Amino acid sequence: MSLHDEKTAFAAVPEAEKLPATEESPRAEKGPRTDTSMVATTVRALCRDRVTLCALVFLGFVTLVAVVGPLVVATDPNTLNLRNALVSPNAEFWLGTDDLGRDQFSRLVDATRVTMLAATEAVLVSVIIGLPLGLVSGYFGGKIDAVLGRLNDALMSVPALLLAVAVVAVVGPGLTTSMFAIGVVFSPSIFRIVRGATMAVRSETYVEAAAAIGCRPLRIMFVHVLRNTFPPVLVQISLLFGIAMIAEANLSFLGLGVTPPQASWGSLLRTAFDNFYAAPFLMFAPGLAIALTVLAFSQIGDGLRTAVGDTKGTR
Amino acid sequence: MTTLRRVVITTPILFLLVTFSVFAMMAAAPGDPAIDLAGQNATDEDVARVRAELGLDRSFLVQYWNWLSGVFTGDFGTSYSRRQPVAELIASRLEPTLSLALVAIVVAVVLGVALGVLATVRPGGVLDRIVGVVSSAGIALPQFWVGMLLVMVFALTLRTMPATGYVPLSEGVAPWAAHIVLPAVALAVMPAAELARHTRGSVLEVLDKDHILTARAKGIPTWRIYTMHVARNAGIPIVTVLGIRIAQLLGGTVVIETVFGIQGLGTLTIDSVLGRDIPTILGIVALAAAVVLVINLLVDLSYRFIDPRTVNRVAA
Repeated sequence: MSLHDEKTAFAAVPEAEKLPATEESPRAEKGPRTDTSMVATTVRALCRDRVTLCALVFLGFVTLVAVVGPLVVATDPNTLNLRNALVSPNAEFWLGTDDLGRDQFSRLVDATRVTMLAATEAVLVSVIIGLPLGLVSGYFGGKIDAVLGRLNDALMSVPALLLAVAVVAVVGPGLTTSMFAIGVVFSPSIFRIVRGATMAVRSETYVEAAAAIGCRPLRIMFVHVLRNTFPPVLVQISLLFGIAMIAEANLSFLGLGVTPPQASWGSLLRTAFDNFYAAPFLMFAPGLAIALTVLAFSQIGDGLRTAVGDTKGTR
Repeated sequence: MTTLRRVVITTPILFLLVTFSVFAMMAAAPGDPAIDLAGQNATDEDVARVRAELGLDRSFLVQYWNWLSGVFTGDFGTSYSRRQPVAELIASRLEPTLSLALVAIVVAVVLGVALGVLATVRPGGVLDRIVGVVSSAGIALPQFWVGMLLVMVFALTLRTMPATGYVPLSEGVAPWAAHIVLPAVALAVMPAAELARHTRGSVLEVLDKDHILTARAKGIPTWRIYTMHVARNAGIPIVTVLGIRIAQLLGGTVVIETVFGIQGLGTLTIDSVLGRDIPTILGIVALAAAVVLVINLLVDLSYRFIDPRTVNRVAA
């Protein structure tokens, strides 16, 4: 009798949160199976919003270009042809040529991979730094949390570009090093979100239960807590991708990113800037590529946030 | 959380952390500034003499200590490539960057807050959607690209503005303003877009509260509700975002000064990075840390001004 009462009382609690809550409890017990269904519902919710769907399709296209683009485009992006320098867009050179007579279109395609890889690197670095530290900070709290929080505050107030510039000053120009630095500067945003989400589930019954049956903190953190931080982290990752692309553009524009003859969208804009008066058309395609891709990432971020129902821990 | 104490503790940590890491990375980095400075035909003795002059022959902890104690007396060392005291060098480049940053901040705040508030007048309405699209675009566009577009439109096509350069304020307000408007707008677009988003969010949150409903029921006109009841309550999150944005905006000056050919701190940063002029880089990093301290302090003080309750919260 009393047991029954308790059950109904228990069931009444998640009712306020409706769907996500009822989905959450079996997920903690069964794991993979319901997990895929959550992924499926998220994807379905994402695709239902038309603008987000467009963004997804566009991003898929950009990724495709990054992977197979250079194989499809016949012209070599690094072939010099000084006789054809700074040609306006025409039937042969769809986007014109740069100051060394290289085909801007094939350079744009080639640069897609470089830019996407650079953004991926920065995001990976910030997740690798921010996620475990956020878990530890949120799970243990206390002094560890205080120290990590301070460090985090400090790092957050550094202008990202300035730190990347300082790192490049020491290590020398190169996209890998500068995007690593960018990743480090971005890690606080992941840290904060993971910490918040961890603190939110820290006192859940299943975490206590796991601790009660003797799970070690590491196991609890990575098996039980981690997956509950995924929704807000995914939103942030999507947004970070966009910010990382802007950062890459800035660094390569300043000459601190890719080393020639390799091209990224940012370095293409540098070439456009250097030939600004002679060939203004060079700046449009790479700039639009950056703008549209960043827009797509932020739209997907917003869509994800709506799809996962802005779960706890995002603030 | 947002107490003066936090700022006072965090900033020196930040300052030491950043300068020390730059120092440590310098020590670990390949290459020897003494060899570069001594010139091509230098003998080993020459290099050793230069090294001793720069203090590079001591351990790097001693070097760091010497640099740090110099900073407190206003001595930032001497630039490697320009043979000029770093403090002097930075001071000579301060005005263009300061003008640029201040004008950009004003533009960003006015534009961002105005757009954000306009969007809340009718949520989901036409105006709200326009602001949404504009602010998304503003965040997605690289600042230097916006700068190039502005130059293309206003300087090359319409010929209403000069394309590049900077004119000091002492040579007249009008030429100064003409040179500063385009770069400041280019720099302001991104922070303005972010501010618009955050303003919209926090104003909407406040508008949802009961006391606003009461005010509306009493028949108080909308503009008075905004100025009397919303401004204070939505102010704190907006100011917080503004503080972070200003720090990022300072980083943006590097790119914008390059686009507009302004000889300010931003271009000085790039020149010294590419020339591996370590004392200058350290000086700039130290200055940036100090500026971040001041901004954080101002943000904290403004909390008390906007919402006097925060003072009590601190005292408690």
